[in-house]
Amino acid sequence: MPYALREALAAFRRTPLLAALSVIAIAFALFVIGLFGLTAFNIRRAIEKVEEKVEIVAYLADDATPAQVELAQQEVRALPQVASLRHVTKTEALATAMAEMEEFKEVFSDLDANPLPASFEVSLKAGSRSPEAVERVAKRIQAYPFVEDVRYGRDWLNTIYTIRRIAAGVAMVIGGAFALVAAIVIATAVRITVFARREEIGIMRLVGATDGFVQSPFLLEGLMSGLLGGVLAAALTWGTYRVLGSTMFQVEWLPSEWIVLTVIAGTAFGLLSSLVAVRRHLEQV
Amino acid sequence: MIRLTSVYKEYPRSGTALRDVTLHVNKGELVFLTGHSGAGKSTILRLIQMADLPSAGEVRVSGFSSKLMRRRDIPQLRRKLGVVFQDFRLLRDRTAEENVAFALEVTGTKRSAITPRVNRLLTQVGLAHKARACPDELSGGERQRVAIARALANEPLVLLADEPTGNLDEWAAKGVFELFREINSMGMTILMATHDLTLVRAHPEYRVVELAQGSVVYDSAAASVEAGRG
Ligand SMILES: Nc1ncnc2c1ncn2[C@@H]1O[C@H](COP(=O)(O)OP(=O)(O)OP(=O)(O)O)[C@@H](O)[C@H]1O
Ligand SMILES: [Mg+2]
Repeated sequence: MPYALREALAAFRRTPLLAALSVIAIAFALFVIGLFGLTAFNIRRAIEKVEEKVEIVAYLADDATPAQVELAQQEVRALPQVASLRHVTKTEALATAMAEMEEFKEVFSDLDANPLPASFEVSLKAGSRSPEAVERVAKRIQAYPFVEDVRYGRDWLNTIYTIRRIAAGVAMVIGGAFALVAAIVIATAVRITVFARREEIGIMRLVGATDGFVQSPFLLEGLMSGLLGGVLAAALTWGTYRVLGSTMFQVEWLPSEWIVLTVIAGTAFGLLSSLVAVRRHLEQV
Repeated sequence: MIRLTSVYKEYPRSGTALRDVTLHVNKGELVFLTGHSGAGKSTILRLIQMADLPSAGEVRVSGFSSKLMRRRDIPQLRRKLGVVFQDFRLLRDRTAEENVAFALEVTGTKRSAITPRVNRLLTQVGLAHKARACPDELSGGERQRVAIARALANEPLVLLADEPTGNLDEWAAKGVFELFREINSMGMTILMATHDLTLVRAHPEYRVVELAQGSVVYDSAAASVEAGRG
């Protein structure tokens, strides 16, 4: 077995509690971020689904002339954000209403005049569905004098975006806190190992071992902790997904690249933390 | 092989440890470095290992200069130096052969080359029969022999010894010094700091350099040169 690997494993055996603690701290840091990822990913999917249906509905005044309506239709269709526009006449609106609301069928047919307004149903292109873009188009349509009212899902869309931003902030803070704990635990483990092996390290330098060689067991230990932590975090996230999925919501699992990224992030974090710690503590031997 | 030229060494709190020391050690020499406690013997050995740099002057060891030394060059220099100490500095939880093998292992020697080499080294220092013993199971003289075997492991150009007999009784000290003589007779350059004057006087055939308060006050080589001139 190569020297670095043997020593790294020996360090796990020498201080099993610290080793376990660093793995767990890294795992929790990434788990929090993984949970956020799961939430954010599903929110994004939900938004995408809703956004496909995002429409701006403009109700037209009854006295709008066909020429005005025709011109407006052409102008709105020509807007770069607009994917399609459907002109719903008063008659069509009534037919739809009667079809969709069986229980009011009687009421509608008894009326002398059709009370429902004609409307434009405008859907937007994929890149133009942010709240700001929707609002811009809505304002533009509102500007026609014969448009009485414009409806679009501004409020709840904003709410979802805000929730996502808050969730990201919270995940960053909690994940960051766990990452800090992980870095401190790793540094402590390095310090203890350096102290336990100080004579050995002194002799290694005396006989001409390179700095890289002296550092290698520590770096390998950090790398292995990070790898284990990353895998554990992925497993915890998956467990949460299963529990959530089977109890409350329809949730989708993360793309596999995200999982690979989690494990890589853990490994890189473990390696980096031990590199920083070992550089500092080896100076003092 | 080793050249100290007008070397000064100041320590922040304890002041001047070395004062204008010029000392050349040639290939194949065995040199006693003597002087009272605090005279600067260990300091010279530390400067040669470049564990510390001189405050002024230059230390040159086989192509390495203290003026050009970079941190990453140090391991290469150390592989050319074998060092033994008064307190042996063996790893307690390893056997004699593991202690010797350690020096080879951590400098990247091929695994298959290590075992035969360790056997040869232990035989050379007369400890082949104690290869599996831990330091606690060895006498002081035997421990120092293990340390010498380790110092020789990477085929150094120079053996530096800081009071190698300081912790040994007279007989063990004699034995260890005989080993040094033997190693020297095969061509190894040896610089040995000692204040064992009995030992030094018993071997007038070797060069003696005496330090006092950080300066060279006597060098048998220079003395004989001067005597020859006079
Ligand atoms: N790391 C250090 N920091 C400060 N002062 C030091 C250091 N090492 C040595 N000195 C000082 O340098 C002087 C020479 O010390 P050195 O160890 O070289 O003496 P020595 O000749 O080896 O003595 P001894 O026979 O007791 O080993 C002493 O005054 C000592 O206090
Ligand atoms: Mg000394």
